Amino acid sequence: MSQISFGRREFLKGSSAVVGAGLLASLAACGGGSSDTATSAGSDTGSDAAPAASDFKAGFIFLHDENSTYDKNFMDGAKAACEELGVTAVLKTNIGESEACQETAEDLADQGCGIVFADSFGHEDYMIEAAKAYPEVQFSHATGTKAHTEGLDNYHNAFASIYEGRYLAGVAAGLKLNEMIAAGTITADKAHMGYVGAYTYAEVISGYTSFFLGAKSVCPTVTMDVTFTGSWYDQTAEQEAAARLIDEYGCVLISQHADSMGAPSACEERNVPNVSYNGSTVDACPNTFIVSSRIDWTPYYKYAIQAAMNGDPIDTDWTGTLATGSVVLTDINPKAAAEGTQDAIDKALKDLESGDVHVFDTSTFTVTVSDTTNANATVDGSGVMTSYMADVDTDADFQGDTEAVSDGYFHESEYRSAPYFDVQIDGITLLDTQF
Amino acid sequence: MAQSTKTPLIRISKRPAVPTKTKALVYAAAILLALVVCGLVTTLMTGLDPIAVYATMINGAFGTTRRIWVLLQDMAMLLCVSLALAPAFRMKFWNLGGEGQVLMGCFACASCMLLLGDSLPNAALILVSLVASVVAGAVWGLVPAFFKARFNTNETLFTLMMNYVATQIVAYFVILWENPKGSGKIGMINQSSQAGWLPVIADSKYLLNIIVVAAITVLMYVYMRYSKHGFELAVVGESVDTARYAGINTSRVIVRTMLLSGAVCGIAGFLLVAGTNHTLTTTVSGGLGFTAVMVAWLAKFNPFGMIASSFLIVFMECGASEISTTFSLNQSFSDILTGIILFFIIGSEFFITYQLHFRGQTKAAQEATAGKEA
Repeated sequence: MSQISFGRREFLKGSSAVVGAGLLASLAACGGGSSDTATSAGSDTGSDAAPAASDFKAGFIFLHDENSTYDKNFMDGAKAACEELGVTAVLKTNIGESEACQETAEDLADQGCGIVFADSFGHEDYMIEAAKAYPEVQFSHATGTKAHTEGLDNYHNAFASIYEGRYLAGVAAGLKLNEMIAAGTITADKAHMGYVGAYTYAEVISGYTSFFLGAKSVCPTVTMDVTFTGSWYDQTAEQEAAARLIDEYGCVLISQHADSMGAPSACEERNVPNVSYNGSTVDACPNTFIVSSRIDWTPYYKYAIQAAMNGDPIDTDWTGTLATGSVVLTDINPKAAAEGTQDAIDKALKDLESGDVHVFDTSTFTVTVSDTTNANATVDGSGVMTSYMADVDTDADFQGDTEAVSDGYFHESEYRSAPYFDVQIDGITLLDTQF
Repeated sequence: MAQSTKTPLIRISKRPAVPTKTKALVYAAAILLALVVCGLVTTLMTGLDPIAVYATMINGAFGTTRRIWVLLQDMAMLLCVSLALAPAFRMKFWNLGGEGQVLMGCFACASCMLLLGDSLPNAALILVSLVASVVAGAVWGLVPAFFKARFNTNETLFTLMMNYVATQIVAYFVILWENPKGSGKIGMINQSSQAGWLPVIADSKYLLNIIVVAAITVLMYVYMRYSKHGFELAVVGESVDTARYAGINTSRVIVRTMLLSGAVCGIAGFLLVAGTNHTLTTTVSGGLGFTAVMVAWLAKFNPFGMIASSFLIVFMECGASEISTTFSLNQSFSDILTGIILFFIIGSEFFITYQLHFRGQTKAAQEATAGKEA
């Protein structure tokens, strides 16, 4: 009678063989390992770099990792800039907007980084603390607002005139609306867009207003509804918000200022054209993606790292523009964009660069002042804004402190790099403002 | 052929008590084995040298004085929440609401710093913040305990739900107090005046937190091991009927223990806001309340054992950040390694508590005993 039995001793023998093999494998791997790490360290610095450059270390702090489109955009810029300059990049991902940011920034300084960057708004206060602790190291914070009031030599803010990029993307949206009107799909008074925002924050307001004004520059009857999700990344909320704008509010074109694929995918499902942000979504939305604007951080990183290497001062507030290559548009998707979009964008781009056209030209929109809205604005009898006291200095009292309107336009991102345009203009309806 | 009953291939029975020395050996062997498996997984999945990965992790955790301080600080915070959960767990009250209790402590502390920052002297402000945090945490623990004691509600669900309530309360106030407007963030509270911030002692901003948690560790050990309260909650945990029979007022023990559990969570919240982060967000407690469940269980609710288990978890986290930088591995990779190590530790627990009997072996053993008797 044969019986299959699995004796304890055999079991042990078997398991010890496994252990032995494991040990051997790890020992073998250990033998060849040291050279592995050496080459990987070498490839980080770039082979054709001058030895002096590769000794320089730049530290980068990111809120998430490459799975977030927002952080990926920064990470790509960081890698490109360091590769071009031949300096060593030290990337720190998944650093929260907490004490962890300060610890990481100071740890990067400990490791000999000459400059440390952070990418998320909530990192700012912790970066300031780190800058105080390490006066000989440069700290640069993207999207922050406090550098010009902190008065630290080694703490800087940076942003880009992304409102110009959004304006150009808005031109593409306006042409699409015109195409729909010409085709008889909608009437001119139904040229109604929807916008999914994150918070009622100046950066978002500046973004959707410039997008709207871009569309309005080619399609004068356009109107827009804006809704807010209360999060920079919430796939479900963004998807639902876009769906609601389309299904309930009759929006025929959607754009968004939030970082997930929620809104673009809702548009693709319903075959509604979408103007995206942070990068192309054409792979997931081949039928509805028109164009996307984004900030390319490579020019700033190159500028700041070079300045830190040479010991040159870095601008307290640095605003990237179309000219510096910081504000870019993706390729236009011919399947969704209206005919002649590229030409129209090229023309608008030329006008912006020459200074003939300003995005926030006060003659192109009207403003209504009431008890609850636009308290900082002064308007003339026809609703044209003649003065606006913007809240440029971040403090707890939210008081306007800087006159932003002169020469017939609102001067965005000139008195500090981060946007401060928070005017509610006519033609845009905010569906909810609790965030 | 005489045997009529069928013996299963593998039978599991409870082992008699195992000497501590053997236990320690088994754990050490399990961790060693886990490291070998981790090494194999690392090589097979990423082609990296596992020894270099381990060395990087150690460097990430201990590489500089600052890193050691950060490790100790993170350990202290995790340990603090684990200590808070331990008495409840010992009582078999599954307090999964640590996260919410910590968050309410954070909320109370941040509120005091924001609202009273200008009007109270620093020492008084810190004291008021501490008391408010403790009360807030304790209340958040008390609510589910009251309903458990009074109506025998399910505490697992109840405490879990209370986490969401706490998160929403904090979310509401973050928007209310946001600065700058529309940003959805409070930012650092009293950054210039540092009102309500815990003092920096001996040039280390973490030392005070660490000392406080060390003291709580000893106190909690004494409380659970030597006090009448500690004895009572252990009896309630073993058997509610026995406790009643012995004249223990179980409702009172449940409420009292959860008040303590919530209060210590409140202290953790206080340390997180006044001591380190100086801000309030919905994620300021960072999942501590859940990770602490694992820490407490791994150590079987022994406060000193929890030092070791919280060290293990925090070490893996600190190391993880460094390997993701050095080898461009995603943070998830260290989660895989942590998972493997935990699997082995929990596995060894099983073999310490239970014994496997294989069919052939059982027969042989029976024969052996029979022979001995003869």
